[in-house]
Amino acid sequence: MAFTAPKETYSGKVYNLTIGAGDRAVSFGGENVLPFLFFEGAIPNKPLAAYEIQDVPPADWPENVRKPFSSVSGDTVAWAKFCQDTLKAKAIALRLIGTHPDRENRSAEDAAKTVKDVLSAINIPLIILGSNHAEKDAPVLIAAAEAAKGKNCIIGKAQEANYKTIAAAAMANNHKLIAMSELDINLSKQLNILITQMGFDKERLITDPMCSALGYGLEYTYSVMERIRLAALSQNDATMQTPILADVGMYVWKIKETHAPESDMPLWGNAEERGIAWEAATAAGLLIAGAELLIMRHPKAVEAVEKLIEELI
Amino acid sequence: MALSGIAIFKLLPKTNCKKCGYPTCLAFAMKLAQRQAALDLCPDVSEETKKILGEASAPPIRAITFGSGDRAVKIGEETVLFRHDKKFVNPCALAVEIKDTLSEEDITKKIEEVLTSEIDRVGQKLRIDAIALTNASGDKGKFESAAKLIASKAPNVPVILSTTDAASAEAAVKLFPGKRPIIYGANAGNAEAMANIAKTEKAILGVAANGLDELSTLTEKIKALGVEDLVIDSGAKKAKDIIENNTLIRRAAVKKNFKPFGYPVINFAQRDDSLHEALIAAVGITKYAAIVVLSSIEKWKNLVLFTLRQNIYTDPQVPMQVEQKIYKIGEPASESPFLITTNFSLTYFIVSGEIENSKVPCRLAVMDSEGLSVLTAWAAGKFTASKIAAFIKDSGIENEIKHKELIIPGYVAILSGSIEEKLEGWKVTVGPREANGLPAFLKARTT
Repeated sequence: MAFTAPKETYSGKVYNLTIGAGDRAVSFGGENVLPFLFFEGAIPNKPLAAYEIQDVPPADWPENVRKPFSSVSGDTVAWAKFCQDTLKAKAIALRLIGTHPDRENRSAEDAAKTVKDVLSAINIPLIILGSNHAEKDAPVLIAAAEAAKGKNCIIGKAQEANYKTIAAAAMANNHKLIAMSELDINLSKQLNILITQMGFDKERLITDPMCSALGYGLEYTYSVMERIRLAALSQNDATMQTPILADVGMYVWKIKETHAPESDMPLWGNAEERGIAWEAATAAGLLIAGAELLIMRHPKAVEAVEKLIEELI
Repeated sequence: MALSGIAIFKLLPKTNCKKCGYPTCLAFAMKLAQRQAALDLCPDVSEETKKILGEASAPPIRAITFGSGDRAVKIGEETVLFRHDKKFVNPCALAVEIKDTLSEEDITKKIEEVLTSEIDRVGQKLRIDAIALTNASGDKGKFESAAKLIASKAPNVPVILSTTDAASAEAAVKLFPGKRPIIYGANAGNAEAMANIAKTEKAILGVAANGLDELSTLTEKIKALGVEDLVIDSGAKKAKDIIENNTLIRRAAVKKNFKPFGYPVINFAQRDDSLHEALIAAVGITKYAAIVVLSSIEKWKNLVLFTLRQNIYTDPQVPMQVEQKIYKIGEPASESPFLITTNFSLTYFIVSGEIENSKVPCRLAVMDSEGLSVLTAWAAGKFTASKIAAFIKDSGIENEIKHKELIIPGYVAILSGSIEEKLEGWKVTVGPREANGLPAFLKARTT
């Protein structure tokens, strides 16, 4: 029996997003085919991995992922420059975690100043993230979006409870926007619709269906991402054609497997390699499920994922 | 192609004899169509019907038992392309390559690594399933003596015997009688000889081709020679080719019922860089490989790959559950906080993770709620005041802690009064609604 390749035709296409400005601007998305199936469609851009940094020293990060940044992470601007110049980051994700009321409770003005300082020190694209405190994120991200005006950043994350203010701030200052909902394709779709109903251009939106670490619900995120991509491509659902974000580092580096020392868990092997591999494998799984944008922490995990991407294209 | 219930009904005796346990032949036919009953329940079915139905009802990818005894692994039998459609059936087997150029000592060391690779995770025992012995020396004697060493040191571990030389394959396979090894393999040059050996020795035959066209020609040829238990390799080594070829093979088998590709797929992920190898293996595990061969099995890498395989092969319709018990987080003292939640694995992971983040040592009671989350379990009557009270009483916690205060999830605040009524002497405190409120909640209590 002669083999005829059973190719699929897709009616939809993921929006192509460009962030940043000048010759360091980066694009992602834009494909009209399921992840890495080059034989039946066009994939104009590679997935993008952004380095996560934050506005306060990473005291809450486990030692093994703090170490690579130990000389710079006391100062957000130095940290950003280190990612850009030494690690050759293609983009940076600045998490304003210090604004969380249970943390340093930094003010919106302080956050805006950090954003300005970082932006003046780098020329690669910036993703600006709140502390995931729905109430506090609203004023913080409004101030941050204004501080970053004209820099074509990504602002996030807009959630059901605060999307109106955050989307308005992103729109007024010409940024892209991350819309996050909790592990349910219908919630993702609904939030995208609500945001576009405000007049926000759907082609400037990024969907975060909520990440999970390998071993801690990865299969849920994986399947929600696969279903979003199938809806976008096979069913041509315009509300699901936004690129997908996998916010990997923050979920991976808080679980036991990434920080328990080998002396406690002899069957788990070397803790440093385990943590790096955990982050890289979580990211790899989600790339295969459909993520186009990754936020990651460990330089070796980013390097491994970029090496995999080179082999996938 | 699967037959409809009516089409199957036409092939049955139509006597409504009930011997199959169903009231009518039509009812039985419907069950057959849904693959919820087996044809051998009908004692009167004709040979011809058996043949037709057997072919039609066979899973699009052949089920193969690799190895024998309690370490045997079942592979293949997959029916879908996406795990949200239906559970992926048989988890991908992981094998480690042992080259016959290694010294006896090094081979023994690798075998030992395989034998001690087992890890328990969420109640499942996970391990490196198989050894792939490679005839890297090209020498028949070396291959045979390495095979002998494996057969004696790891008699229960399924093996892949990797050589393209028929005489070497034959010599090695005879060392594993009745153990269902895989001979890898047959190619365009040696197909007849390899098929004969596999047939005589009742071994599984690996088919290695250079591309999908050659693969389909080869599997058909080998099947015609009388060997049906095959594992197939399209020759893909690069990650891009692994995804593309594995996808086309699975699609052709599942959607087009293309028989030449109706076999489990084997992928070779070996790389010099172990972390890179782990990610290539991840591509295989997520995208349809039935066997992935690795070059090294460090413990950290095993844990990553076992966990990924477990995640991908979880039944999407059945919530993952954790064991009902009282978990210690940190090193709780007898006056540390005591909390309760349900046993849906995500609930447990998130709640225990947030307690860890709080750095406040606690005891967390995880109650069996059939894998439902807090609100759902409460609504379904699985997380009620009387069940919680009974669980707390039976748990023996009263002997372990000094206080009698139970912290319940904010979503079931309504239960606090009735739990206090049923648990004499206990005080119930309502915790935050969402787990992410736990660090602030717990820290506030200790200061």
